[in-house]
Amino acid sequence: MARQQTISNKLVWTVLAWILGATIFFPILWTVLTSFKTEAQAISIPPVMFDFDWTFENYETVQERSNYSRHFWNSVVISVGSTLLGLLIAVPAAWAMAFVPGKRTKDVLMWMLSTKMMPAVGVMIPIYLMVQSAGLLDSKTALVIIMMLVNLPIIIWMLYTYFKEIPGDILEAARMDGASLKNEIIYVLTPMAVPGIASTMLLNVILAWNEAFWTLNLTAAKAAPLTAFIASYSSPEGLFYAKLSAASTMAIAPILIMGWFSQKQLVRGLTFGAVK
Amino acid sequence: MGQITLKDITKSFDDTQVIPPLNLDIKDGEFVVFVGPSGCGKSTLLRLIAGLEDVSSGDIVIDGNDATHAAPSERGLAMVFQSYALYPHMSVRKNIAFPLKMAGLDKDKIDEKVSGAAEVLNLTDYLERRPGQLSGGQRQRVAIGRAIVREPAAFLFDEPLSNLDAALRVNMRSEIIDLHHQLKTTMVYVTHDQVEAMTMADKIVVLNAGVIEQVGSPLELYHSPKSRFVAGFIGSPKMNFIPGTANNDAAFEIGVRPEHLLVVTEGGEFRGKVASAEHLGSDTFVRVDVPGVGEVNARVNGDIDVNYGDEVGLQINGPVYRFDEDGLAI
Repeated sequence: MARQQTISNKLVWTVLAWILGATIFFPILWTVLTSFKTEAQAISIPPVMFDFDWTFENYETVQERSNYSRHFWNSVVISVGSTLLGLLIAVPAAWAMAFVPGKRTKDVLMWMLSTKMMPAVGVMIPIYLMVQSAGLLDSKTALVIIMMLVNLPIIIWMLYTYFKEIPGDILEAARMDGASLKNEIIYVLTPMAVPGIASTMLLNVILAWNEAFWTLNLTAAKAAPLTAFIASYSSPEGLFYAKLSAASTMAIAPILIMGWFSQKQLVRGLTFGAVK
Repeated sequence: MGQITLKDITKSFDDTQVIPPLNLDIKDGEFVVFVGPSGCGKSTLLRLIAGLEDVSSGDIVIDGNDATHAAPSERGLAMVFQSYALYPHMSVRKNIAFPLKMAGLDKDKIDEKVSGAAEVLNLTDYLERRPGQLSGGQRQRVAIGRAIVREPAAFLFDEPLSNLDAALRVNMRSEIIDLHHQLKTTMVYVTHDQVEAMTMADKIVVLNAGVIEQVGSPLELYHSPKSRFVAGFIGSPKMNFIPGTANNDAAFEIGVRPEHLLVVTEGGEFRGKVASAEHLGSDTFVRVDVPGVGEVNARVNGDIDVNYGDEVGLQINGPVYRFDEDGLAI
């Protein structure tokens, strides 16, 4: 009886999980399917699911009209560059807060997180003006710096929680063994924190890749990443759903593939420390 | 060389002073053990010497040089931690080589020293393994290996055997003693276990609430404790403390070690019923419930025939320690 109950219980949860998963995935699936439809089929009522004439036409048009590879390259530079720059600052910061905490460390951490609670648009004008007066509008440099600053609190918080899990004794042993602070971080702390650093990197690359406020507002043509590439197919063009879908699919595909291959690392990184 | 002098050092965390002004001289080549109950400040004192904590005031002099504000790595000391603190991502070889690498030695010299240390510590077959693949005793040996390759002025041990099982602890204890004889380097060892202190030390420093109660050789502490605290802490089983009046003594309290009591059938200073008799073969531990005094322990001959409930007498057959109201020896 009890066994049967567990099995039916499991079945219910499994079905629910699949329904939830399918619901979350549906918009992405729909976008991908729409990208292979003709414009007419894309807006047809009732909508067609699979039963349409598959075409690559939209991809061809998108490819002809805009320079995908340039946008792609800009996205890579901005997301990877901002993440690496962020790590360079966050590793020492998280080290200090995890291993030599002061009386106000918790407050500093909360304060940093609180900056994420402010709507980005609130600081839009000052940041725009600063970037403008630095002559960095529509440059990858500006976006690398801004993306780094936007995500820095998250990078520091994640690293801080990973570092907290590393026994302080080991770092003290390194100090006794004659390691300078720099060597302690390079030879002992960083290698031990590799899983944590890797998942922090992955998550931040994804966040920076998908970020669409600053990337849209601070770029025009030269430094525009894939978010701007998608946006260019929405309003000014009218409602060309199929082409918009094709552009979207092309923009999210690289990060989706990366996420798929690194999901194990991501899940482990995000639940690190939660289960001992 | 490995001479360490602590001059009036104090340590406070926020507003709490954990080490009141303290002076101590550690001679070159000495095996000094800091012993005391947990929270007595012994580990803090060791960390002050190591430089892992800063003193609040006072001076630390190592081999004639003021090291009070020197970084841990500049003090020429090596430390073995209770948790071993091995680098989990490095092989045993790399763990042992780490301090040499940090010192900037060339590769051949490092290899030579690592092999030497591995041989002394029976680790040659494990050099390519990771710490996670070793037993507790082996890990502790790696930690010691990492300390000895540096040829430090002194070794600092912070309860290095606490994580090992009883049998292994006894083995490692003699290994460390042998190592001290071999290297003749100063060793400062922290433990809460008075047996470790008694068996290993040249000089024992008994600490209580950050204050040095007494410094002396194991036998000095055993034979002439300066306070009730030292008397009760050194020796196993613990000394019996009996109100002076119970023995017609003017002292506030008297102390008699269990091994200085005989169990007799007739007479004796105290009489009572046997509450338990533990026959260990070599010895028998007898616990006697003495009316008006409480429980008194005696350590007697292994072949004695006493059992629970027997009415027996306890006869003092050795020194009696006398203490005043403040717990100081009279």
